[in-house]
Amino acid sequence: MADSIDVLATLKLVYGIYAFIAISLIAWFGFRITKPKDDQTGPKPAYFWTYIVALVVIGTGLHFLTYAAVPWVPIDLNRADIEVDATFDITYEDHQMSFSSFPMQVGCGEHVVFNATSNDLTYGFGIFRTDHTMVAQMQVVPGSTNDLMWKFDKNGTYYVRSTEYSGPKGARMVARDAIVVTGCDQDDVRAVAMGAQQ
Amino acid sequence: MSFVNTLINGHNGGFAHEGMTPMQKIALRFVVLGVLFYGLAAIEGMMMRVVEITPVPAIDDTHFFSIMTVHPMVGVFGSTYMIVFGAFLFLVPFLMKKPIFSLKLANASWMLIGGGTFIMWLAGFIFAYSPLYTLYWPLPADFSQFSVIGGLFYVVGVALIMVGTFLYSYNVFKTIMYTPEGWEQQPSMELFKDAIGFKAIGNFFKGKKTEHIVDLPVAAISRGTIDVGLNAVVITAAGVLLLIYMGGALLGSNLEKTWVDALLYKNIFWWGLDLIADGLVLIFVAGTWYILAMMITGKDLFMKNVARAALFVEMVVSWTVWSHHLMSDQGQSNLLKVLSGEMVTALELVTQGLAVYITLVTLAKARPLKMTNELKFLLGGLLGFMLAVPAGIIQADLGMNRILHNTQWIIGSHVHVAILVGLTMTLYAAIYLLLPILTNGAKLYSQKLATTHFWLHLVGGIGMGSFMGMAGIDGMLRRSIYVDGEYNTYMILAGACGVLLLLAFAAFLFNVVMTIGVKGLIGIYSPAKSDTRDCVPAPQEA
Repeated sequence: MADSIDVLATLKLVYGIYAFIAISLIAWFGFRITKPKDDQTGPKPAYFWTYIVALVVIGTGLHFLTYAAVPWVPIDLNRADIEVDATFDITYEDHQMSFSSFPMQVGCGEHVVFNATSNDLTYGFGIFRTDHTMVAQMQVVPGSTNDLMWKFDKNGTYYVRSTEYSGPKGARMVARDAIVVTGCDQDDVRAVAMGAQQ
Repeated sequence: MSFVNTLINGHNGGFAHEGMTPMQKIALRFVVLGVLFYGLAAIEGMMMRVVEITPVPAIDDTHFFSIMTVHPMVGVFGSTYMIVFGAFLFLVPFLMKKPIFSLKLANASWMLIGGGTFIMWLAGFIFAYSPLYTLYWPLPADFSQFSVIGGLFYVVGVALIMVGTFLYSYNVFKTIMYTPEGWEQQPSMELFKDAIGFKAIGNFFKGKKTEHIVDLPVAAISRGTIDVGLNAVVITAAGVLLLIYMGGALLGSNLEKTWVDALLYKNIFWWGLDLIADGLVLIFVAGTWYILAMMITGKDLFMKNVARAALFVEMVVSWTVWSHHLMSDQGQSNLLKVLSGEMVTALELVTQGLAVYITLVTLAKARPLKMTNELKFLLGGLLGFMLAVPAGIIQADLGMNRILHNTQWIIGSHVHVAILVGLTMTLYAAIYLLLPILTNGAKLYSQKLATTHFWLHLVGGIGMGSFMGMAGIDGMLRRSIYVDGEYNTYMILAGACGVLLLLAFAAFLFNVVMTIGVKGLIGIYSPAKSDTRDCVPAPQEA
């Protein structure tokens, strides 16, 4: 099952290729624009409409593609109807995170909910591997429901970091080794214990 | 001519500011201040780049986030607003061949926006007020972290900017609609309707087209100006809210923060901010591309009726896309996330793609063209948005947003490439094009410096955005501090590209100062000797 590493590696490759094509196109255009041309009519209408249809298909098609290929999208949209295996409460106050259980022990393939509550400011809840790549995040808004449903498919130990700015005091809100996933056939080699400290 | 002489008097004697019209001087006052504020924002950006590489004792966390708070505000309001407003206050009457409605209001606008930006900047520099430009509730009213007096400076500064913005918007629409003295009565409402796009939409569906009475560039300016005005309303409302809480704190009564719903506030605030980010920028930029393409080629715009309709669609789209900023807010409804956040936002790929297509075809039809400064910067601007808009569409997706939100991808690949490469290079194209018109024919000091400016800015802008974006893909957050060198390779490369951007700006500034001379620069801010309301001097005066 795809995780954020797979999705982001695809993004890097696809966007890199696109950027190369866009830069090359403008460079070619810049070169050609200085050369004379006999025929100064515009492009055929068919090209224009093909271009517009392509933009519409790419712009909206991306969302259908990720709904089908990225596992957390249908989970997120349908989380109200999915049976919850475990819920973890995280409370934010005075630039501190406190956890209902620490570390949060997660079984492989379980649908777990991280339920974050802020008693003062807007924060963020981000799950990171030891190499600092992101697994997932959500905003933690005071007075609002902040529930992230997630399913882990690899064993690993992850840290939690506030991903939203809550003033200078909140610049380094990190809880090491906050989530421990066990019971899977495969290990997340990027997520190993760092030595717990908050 | 000696270096000192050129520096003081300008290249080939610089330009005779005594012969300038008040309108030329006003436009240049806006632009000069805007360029200087750009320099300030660039230096601030470079300071943050250094801290991202290695901790700097002189810049602690509080100072770092103060810089991060004022950096985009100086860049957007102090620089972009100033340059855009100056250019458009000149271009609307220039293109309509009609005197501006009020010179006094135009002068008041640059003074208020420039002064307001400086006061707002002081809030960060002196008082370390640092709730960032997003002002997520209730952070700006958290007086355990920030001083009330700092907040007051911030709000007063922003309020002055907004008043200047209202005056600009009013002046633009009055100029389009009013009847100058001695003219026959102008059809005000018809001009207004055509300017904001009602007629274009009607024409798009009608077999028999109604003739337009407002040129396309002026229509583009009008539509962007609507968004500017609406955004000013939202920001002013946020300022009033903050003033209430500051007043309470000053009187010793800490008002309850929960009186304001943080998520609702965030929705309203992002609705307003997106009028700049997705409305103003894309509409003004598309409009500026059209003006540049027509002025560079001397020909009419390709598919101009489609362009008019697209500008109206873009304006409406800009009112309905704000939810893409709240896709990681779990309290936000899924319907809004999908409809507004994903689907409507995807339309920006279409509207901006249309603008790129129309501009490129207009240029291509007129070839061969000389690769002038304005043309090469225009192509740079087009490339910037060709890179930045798809990056934005990617992050406005529920799957991608979950792993990209608040990372350096957002601020690097999307925001900085859009603003530094797309918007700024478009504005530089306009400056290079308008320079001889505004200075009555001053000749550029050095073409080599202009070419250096172009390449350093293009490579620096795309490079910095790309390396920040790659760090974001690897998990680097945009509003956090890393002290263990976690992303040093990317940050050193981004910093090196930042140096290129600074060098590009130095080359441009030096070239402009040497072109018009220190005397000319000072002369821009002295009262005009002519009392004409025309944009440029009559041929015998020039």
